[in-house]
Amino acid sequence: MPENSIKIKGKKKSLFIDKVKEIIPDGGNLNLCLTCGACVSGCPATGLEGMDPRKFLRMASLGMDEELTTTPWVWMCTMCQRCSYVCPMKIDIPQLVFNARAAWPRDQRPKGIRDSCDMAMRNDSNSAMGTAPDDFIFVVQDVLAEYQEAQPEFKDMQAPIDKVGSHFFLNQNSREPVTEPDELVPLWKILHLAGVDWTYGSKGWAAENYCLFLADNDCWEHVTRVSAKQADELGCKVFLNTE
Amino acid sequence: MRKSFGDEVADDLRFVVKSIVGEENFIEMTPNKSNNYCCGGGGGFLQSGHTEARRSYGKIKYDQIISTGADYCITGCHNCHAQVHDLAHHFGGTFNTVHLWTLICLSLGILGPNERTYLGDDLKEVNVFHPETAL
Repeated sequence: MPENSIKIKGKKKSLFIDKVKEIIPDGGNLNLCLTCGACVSGCPATGLEGMDPRKFLRMASLGMDEELTTTPWVWMCTMCQRCSYVCPMKIDIPQLVFNARAAWPRDQRPKGIRDSCDMAMRNDSNSAMGTAPDDFIFVVQDVLAEYQEAQPEFKDMQAPIDKVGSHFFLNQNSREPVTEPDELVPLWKILHLAGVDWTYGSKGWAAENYCLFLADNDCWEHVTRVSAKQADELGCKVFLNTE
Repeated sequence: MRKSFGDEVADDLRFVVKSIVGEENFIEMTPNKSNNYCCGGGGGFLQSGHTEARRSYGKIKYDQIISTGADYCITGCHNCHAQVHDLAHHFGGTFNTVHLWTLICLSLGILGPNERTYLGDDLKEVNVFHPETAL
């Protein structure tokens, strides 16, 4: 070996991209980028914060961990997966973004998302608005009774909560029961006319999941388990996620 | 749904929409299905506090909707509805943003007067179910 060759000393730095490759299926193909730019050209987040999906991935490959795990761009990518869909190598950039979110100290992640997750952890509703199970049950029963009377063609319509053995377990974005309850009704009518066997759960009824968006895996798992457990205990066959 | 189950599900939904509004009133946007652009409401963006970036992101979706010339945009979930509704308001679009359930019930003649928040003036008074119960 020539004397003037460069010798790299010390241990290899543990890179962010290597950690992510370990935890996602097939390593997310994160080493396969051809730099074609198909991801960039179709990404609505391209250009925000001077970032784009290809640049983000290249920076990961170059070990620019500090920049990767501090850019607010990760909160502007919705992880819609269009980049993976059009990628000839099926690289999982959204998972790289998700794990970059998770690298942020929890108290520095966007307050609105964090607060919504914290609200969901307050009780068994999973609601980002903190709505308690009893309040949800009251609204559903109150609105149902009102419509059964006002629109007699629907006097037999039901909006079941915890109906054991129902085929479908249906969840609901909190905004509807909390801020615009009349918007609940059209869906109930459709299910009624179609003869669908469905139920809400008193627990895990809220459809939104801000703990997922916060990239807080423990809280995400908690709220998901609350919903899944309720559906299982009621013996439901299909979990219908409306969000 | 489409992300999990693919474009076949998107086709099923088109069958529903066309059955409701009539084939001649359905306008496809371009690109569509799995090649379509995300509206920018999801992933927590609506709650992230990055409002200007969120609208900048959503401008692509807004332009897509505008170029269809459609009077109504149907959104698939609450998040999309909130984002597209906000985009229309912010960029001055006159199209209405509706949930699919609203149009299904309207087409069946079972949409009451208090279930029409997101219908435009052109449909607000059409085929009202139990109009006497208006609040």
